[in-house]
Amino acid sequence: MAKKTPLYSKHVEAGGVMVDFGGYELPVRYSDGILAEHAAVRERAGLFDVSHMGEILVEGHATAYLERLLTNSFSDMAPGRVRYSLMLYPEGGVVDDVLVYRRAEESYLVVVNAANREKDYEWMKAHAEGVTLKDISDETALLALQGSAAKEILSGVKLPEKYYTFIENVDIFGMNATISRTGYTGEYGVEIFLGNEDAPVLWDRLIEKGAEYGMKPAGLGARDTLRLEAAMPLYGHELRREYLASEAGLDFAIKLDKADFIGKTALESIPARYERIGAFVDGKGIAREGTPVFDEDGEAGLVTSGTMSPTLGKAVAMLRVRKERKGKLFCEVRGRKLPLTETPLPFYKRAKQ
Amino acid sequence: MAKLYLKSHEWAEIDGNIAAVGISEYAAKELGDVVYVELPELGTEVEAGDELLELESVKAASPVYSPVSGKVVEVNQALEDAPETLSSAADATFICKIELSAPPEGLMSEEEYKASLE
Repeated sequence: MAKKTPLYSKHVEAGGVMVDFGGYELPVRYSDGILAEHAAVRERAGLFDVSHMGEILVEGHATAYLERLLTNSFSDMAPGRVRYSLMLYPEGGVVDDVLVYRRAEESYLVVVNAANREKDYEWMKAHAEGVTLKDISDETALLALQGSAAKEILSGVKLPEKYYTFIENVDIFGMNATISRTGYTGEYGVEIFLGNEDAPVLWDRLIEKGAEYGMKPAGLGARDTLRLEAAMPLYGHELRREYLASEAGLDFAIKLDKADFIGKTALESIPARYERIGAFVDGKGIAREGTPVFDEDGEAGLVTSGTMSPTLGKAVAMLRVRKERKGKLFCEVRGRKLPLTETPLPFYKRAKQ
Repeated sequence: MAKLYLKSHEWAEIDGNIAAVGISEYAAKELGDVVYVELPELGTEVEAGDELLELESVKAASPVYSPVSGKVVEVNQALEDAPETLSSAADATFICKIELSAPPEGLMSEEEYKASLE
């Protein structure tokens, strides 16, 4: 039985088409549809319920623990900052990708994927040393307000100035929240953590205020097309236990120069044979996740995520392909050969203001 | 001309021995934004109930089944460039036309189809 977030009834009221995602009933889209929601985020703003994400508090000898548990480095990160990181198996595959919020010298909030939450928590507990861990996911709601109009919609609210920073105990319409400059869309945006009981109130306030600025509620469908255009990886697609972390194109978050972390030996000893690349699908058709990709010599990998890019108006795909490959890539969709043209990631980058 | 429906939400509008085929407004609404229509090739022979073509919404590909048996004699080429027409005007938009090889069988009237959605 799928769980409901504190905003379930708000989604239904707003015409949300509800689906099971990571064990939660969430809207895949509302009545305006994915394309309109996607465009709202790119041009104005969109409001997402991401309360399904897991939040785990880490305290005690937290810095040393996270340095060993995760691939990124935290001892050189100031409180108030956020870092993206991977959590690996000793074999080099990925347990999850997470965001790490440093709250104080030895206090962190780790934000994990909903579908991985229990697995992550068990993994974190199994490797715990000198820390206390607390899963606060069930008490914590999370709203993402994404798009350039977010700033205007939240005028009067104290917002973090820099990308990947956060502020705790912010007063937002009389409620207490943690606000971070993070998101999964490639746009300016914030994510707002607050108690379950306050979430429906904040939702209503933002829907009301946002309407003046062209904001729309946006569902999982738009979240996926937005993150894909921005080339952000999704666990289960670009990242898996079976894929070496060094093959995911996320080296900025893997600090091989730090003392040790789970999976480091594997990454140092096993060469990366695959890589993550972007491609346009030439001709007619969409290459979806799981579609095999071929080069001149045969099978070269697969599509890990693919869609019709609403912003570009053409089919795009992220591929996991052999680094050593020959000639032009193509894939096969329903028996038809579709040529692929490699292109640098991301597919979409917002203009700097 | 009255439309006849398949349970899987396709309609056929029959004029002489030619059936225009489309999807119902209900199906269009369920699919969400259609972003690509894989039109069948002219001359393709289908049996009623066979997969005729695929529609791609943003999220997924969905099959469209043929309500009738026959041969594809015309496709709505405009859908190549404007697949969104299917989302906005499903009832008024045919996807292809099929020359019947047998009289239509087992299709629902519009009333019966609407009742089946209740």
